[in-house]
Amino acid sequence: MSHHLISRRQMLAGTAAAGAVGLTGFPAYAEVNWKKYAGTTLEVILAKGPRGDNLQKYIKEFTELTGIQVESEQIPEQQQRQKAVIELASGKPSFDVIHLSYHVQKRQFEKAGWLADISGYMKDPTLTAPDLVESDFSAAGLEYAKNDKGQMLSLPWSVDYFILYYNKELFQKKGVAVPKTLDEMVTAAEKLTDTKAGIYGFVGRGLRNANMTLWTNFYLDYGGEFLDDKGNILTDGPEAIAATKLYQALLTKVAPPGVAGFNWMESMASFTQGRSAMWIDGVGWAPPLEDPAASRVVGKVGYTVVPAGPKGQYSATYGDGIGIAAASKNKEAAYLLCQWVVSKKQGARLLQAGGGVPFRNSILNDPEVQQGVKMPKEWLQSVIDSAKISKLGLPVVIPVAEFRDIVGAAITSTLSGADPATELKKAHEQFRPILERSEKA
Amino acid sequence: MSVVTQASAASARDAAPEREWRPPSYWPFVIPALVVVLAVIIFPWVFTIWMSLNEWKVGSPITFVGLANYLRLPADPRFVEAVEHTLLYTALSVLLPLVFGTLAAIVFHQKFAARGFLRGIFIMPMMATPVAIALVWTMMFHPQLGVLNYLLSLVGLPPQLWVFNPTTVIPSLVLVETWQWTPLVMLIVLGGLAAIPTEPYESAQIDGANFWQVFRFITLPLIMPFLFIAGMIRMIDAVKSFDIIFAITQGGPGSASETINVYLYSVAFVYYDLGYGSAIAVVFFLLIIALAALLLYLRKRMLWTTELGAGA
Repeated sequence: MSHHLISRRQMLAGTAAAGAVGLTGFPAYAEVNWKKYAGTTLEVILAKGPRGDNLQKYIKEFTELTGIQVESEQIPEQQQRQKAVIELASGKPSFDVIHLSYHVQKRQFEKAGWLADISGYMKDPTLTAPDLVESDFSAAGLEYAKNDKGQMLSLPWSVDYFILYYNKELFQKKGVAVPKTLDEMVTAAEKLTDTKAGIYGFVGRGLRNANMTLWTNFYLDYGGEFLDDKGNILTDGPEAIAATKLYQALLTKVAPPGVAGFNWMESMASFTQGRSAMWIDGVGWAPPLEDPAASRVVGKVGYTVVPAGPKGQYSATYGDGIGIAAASKNKEAAYLLCQWVVSKKQGARLLQAGGGVPFRNSILNDPEVQQGVKMPKEWLQSVIDSAKISKLGLPVVIPVAEFRDIVGAAITSTLSGADPATELKKAHEQFRPILERSEKA
Repeated sequence: MSVVTQASAASARDAAPEREWRPPSYWPFVIPALVVVLAVIIFPWVFTIWMSLNEWKVGSPITFVGLANYLRLPADPRFVEAVEHTLLYTALSVLLPLVFGTLAAIVFHQKFAARGFLRGIFIMPMMATPVAIALVWTMMFHPQLGVLNYLLSLVGLPPQLWVFNPTTVIPSLVLVETWQWTPLVMLIVLGGLAAIPTEPYESAQIDGANFWQVFRFITLPLIMPFLFIAGMIRMIDAVKSFDIIFAITQGGPGSASETINVYLYSVAFVYYDLGYGSAIAVVFFLLIIALAALLLYLRKRMLWTTELGAGA
């Protein structure tokens, strides 16, 4: 019965719209039919964090809009990746929609064919709102979402730029200017370090694997590229050695003791306690830094782009996307959800809370959205400036985890005095066969 | 063997003309246990060995490669290092709890006030969840904010880097392991002490033996079988230890505390290289069996010499 009612209502709407077409010339039949998949239930697997929170907090609005029920679970990042891969490999994943980390999973997912191609949906006006167009996503986002054949396999959700956080109070006390280049940053860090007071000039990730995201930012600034035309890895060249020397100098001379075991969490602890004057990491940490319950440096934090190196200035970029499992039986409904997740409204909420940065320029550059950002203006500026110098922060290969573990271990070992060139060479001798094996298979 | 003799005996008995041969009636009762053993022990092992003979990566087609995965092992520096770390970690975390556990058992074997209550307190670490205590220890190890360096500063010692330095990470992890598992050794040895007869001690007293001599020549030989049991349990646990290491260091800094188990986890579930991971698992299993066999062999030899000593 209700089915008949809906179709009758649609008929009426259609008739009205047809009349409107005659008057305005707009193709009103192109309206997205949000209610078409009402009654469907979707399963979503999310990585724990502000993106997942943002989805779950407002999911009722999506259900109201579409009549689609959504069951989602947030799992800590590492475990979520493992669970997703194992389920996808089984061919019968328990989820329709998956939150993926591009910088780790892009090539792996493409090669295994686990994601549904959504290029067709994006061209279908009954499925896609007119404001969602490819060109609205930043270049990094499209690079992540598209495969070699140019098919869209996911929608870019949130981008992570590396920025420089600094403690304004400590800078003022020592009369140090905000560094514009990496060399200036080293000098500044030396001036700011006061071991007797337990204050250090710089803090950043030293832990194996995690450290690669920071190291690659230096590597890019020294002019490094990850792969040559034939797909050979280049991260043991002269640029890599120079970047490692800088990394070694910073983390051994002007960083807190034990930094070799620090991930972002320990680094953040040191920074929020006012024990470290500078910290380079992802853009998403502004909310905890500005939270009086968690931070002693509220209102004293400066935000700016990562300083320039001798061969350029880049912000190492990482990102998340949302895609549809190729094995899902509810692909169209799932697509509606993905679209809602990256919609202007949801993107604006994410940005305004400081929980992430949408890949869509129309959101980031909208003055009204910017007005509502609850984080300091400087933070937003650092995001906008970083977007201009954005460059992917990890090689796009299948064995990303091996790359991060093996080269990351080499770089960590330089913190206890090992020679950068020797360590990098050794690590790459180990990594090259792994890369060859997985790319050619 | 016994099955065969029983069956032939049964057929001899059934040779009476009017009774034809029937299959033994116990078979249906064996089947459930057989199915369970096949499903949960034999099948996983055969399957693991099969996987280890294939190039088996999640998301890629599977190809048979023979022993190639095993041949990769000696050339893989991370695996070789992981074996060294495992042996060092195991040796330390068997020896230290044995020494401290024996001492604690001797102390708690004496009669003093509130002994039962204090014994209860002492075995509490054993009851805690490893991941939870790992998180607590991680905080205590923190070089800037941790309580351990504060305690060191009270007695005038310089701050240490604990698990954040490649050279001290394994001893620091063993410290946690020792703290948690000394009580287990204590319980086992305490049981051993309770079973020792009092006569040898009385004659030792008459002969004028001092405390050390009593311990060395009477107590230690008599609790030796218990120490071996404790050592065996500790060894198997320590070789397989994963939770404490993973929760505190994830094998770091660098790969300084990466044991075979932690590396195996990375290979199988982070790199999704199931074939190679299975090869590591098989070799790891053989290593555990070899260590257990070595301990059993030592125990046999030791028992023989103690019997000889007792007879002399």
